[in-house]
Amino acid sequence: MEMFIMSLTIFVLAIFVGVEVINKVPPTLHTPLMSGTNAISGIVVVGAIISSGGSDHTTVLSTVLGVIAIALATINIVAGYMVTDRMLNMFKRK
Amino acid sequence: MDVLINLGYLVAAVLFILGVKGLTSPKTAVNGNRMSASAMLIAIIAALLDSNVITYEYILLGVLIGGAIGAFIAKKVAMTDMPEMVATLNGIGGGASLLVAAANYLESQKLAEVGQFAVTYDWSVAVILSILIGAVTLTGSFVAVGKLKGKIGDSNKVSLYKWIVKLCFLTLIAGAVYFTQFSQLNSDLLIIGLIFVCLILGVCLVMPIGGADMPVVVSLLNSYSGLAGAAAGFVLGNNGLIIVGSLVGASGIILTSIMCKAMNRSLTNVLFGGSMSAQSGVTKSENDAFYEGKVKFSNPDELAMLLESAQKVVLVPGYGLAVAQAQHATRELANMLEKNGTEVKYAIHPVAGRMPGHMNVLLAEAEVPYDQLVDMDTINPEFSQTDVAIVLGANDVVNPGAAEDPNSPIFGMPILNVHNAKTVVVVKRGLSPGFAGIPNELFIRDNALMVTGDAKKVLQDTIGALKDL
Repeated sequence: MEMFIMSLTIFVLAIFVGVEVINKVPPTLHTPLMSGTNAISGIVVVGAIISSGGSDHTTVLSTVLGVIAIALATINIVAGYMVTDRMLNMFKRK
Repeated sequence: MDVLINLGYLVAAVLFILGVKGLTSPKTAVNGNRMSASAMLIAIIAALLDSNVITYEYILLGVLIGGAIGAFIAKKVAMTDMPEMVATLNGIGGGASLLVAAANYLESQKLAEVGQFAVTYDWSVAVILSILIGAVTLTGSFVAVGKLKGKIGDSNKVSLYKWIVKLCFLTLIAGAVYFTQFSQLNSDLLIIGLIFVCLILGVCLVMPIGGADMPVVVSLLNSYSGLAGAAAGFVLGNNGLIIVGSLVGASGIILTSIMCKAMNRSLTNVLFGGSMSAQSGVTKSENDAFYEGKVKFSNPDELAMLLESAQKVVLVPGYGLAVAQAQHATRELANMLEKNGTEVKYAIHPVAGRMPGHMNVLLAEAEVPYDQLVDMDTINPEFSQTDVAIVLGANDVVNPGAAEDPNSPIFGMPILNVHNAKTVVVVKRGLSPGFAGIPNELFIRDNALMVTGDAKKVLQDTIGALKDL
């Protein structure tokens, strides 16, 4: 339970940090913000890597699920960052 | 090693926050995004150092497949399709979180057999939450994509979907109670069943929402995709995931509330109120009768003459501009007018287009300087000194009924006051209603002129006519 309270504390504080930072993003950049956060949500790849790393407690099924999860999360990471970069460079030109 | 790994996650989390902070100005945004990408790299390296990771070939396989697909989509997608792209990525993120939770469930069974894992109450709650948010985000996002593409229309079976949603929630609660209280580790079938229920739930939550409200839904699902990651973090006991997931969650929540405010609606009303056009929308004949004989039609030649003598012109882009891919023609016309000494501005309504900031990106693509894009509150007092306001494929966001007619279904929604300009030129393909499904009184006002046609074609013809003047 202590572990859970720790995690919950971190979760709530992180939400507050997020609200504070993101409130300052101007409307003009809201679309890049969304695609950028798409990329960031690919962080779940961390969990997927641990699930498909092949240590002795993994099963065939959990490895397969893990590999699919890695592929999906990587789509988010690569597509998210690349398309955000593409958009932001359009704003930067001027 | 564990200390090092956790420090890695901490560094990554800090860089993610600084990266998002970079997005507060267009000048620092590119570097911010790259900072965020390097944070991702650090987090991935930290994960690879985990003692549970022994073989790398499967990981490499997943990364290569995902990376290739991701790069392909990112290069190919048109700026006009960004709402669909973001909605798809939301869904993929939710799907990944769902799979991580499922894989962890299977591993935990194995670990428990050898006595290395003890089931806790909060772990089992986190598994259920992770499945719920992940699955709802997955299917909900794909329904949203269908609605954005116009392949899934507005539904009039709102009560049916509400009924299914209630049924799904009841099943889910019953299943969750059984799972957390009685049988955490021998419930493969129950887990599969619950995943299935949550997938249906995602479909039925988004189906009854109108196409007009998709900006809200896409923002909300954006938030869910982050929360799904955070929930997976609770399952795995990984603080890095929790911090970063909640960052994305917060971002989506803020955008959702901005969108709701811009439509003067509560989130509950958007989510459970059903489609506006299905409820208060007019039929085609009612719509035709409303406009019958009262609309003054014009043409690009007249528009060119009007613009020639105008001192100040405000362009009002809407979804129609995106559909017609008219952003470059708009920029060309604006350039010509500026050379002629006319002041040109762009008025951006917060819900113009189909996602937050959609119009800004399209105009940035056409190299419009971002300081010419003016938000609603700043531009509204300026319309009375504007000679010509050109509405390009926008409808509900310029409907004066929202400000003046208490009986209008969209009464109270903040609008761009284009009707205060000396002349309003509406470029639109026809007189069909906008997302809200209601006729627009602006089009029959004395100072309004209608130019029917595809926005790009009309603008090009106007540019041609201006050159001939």
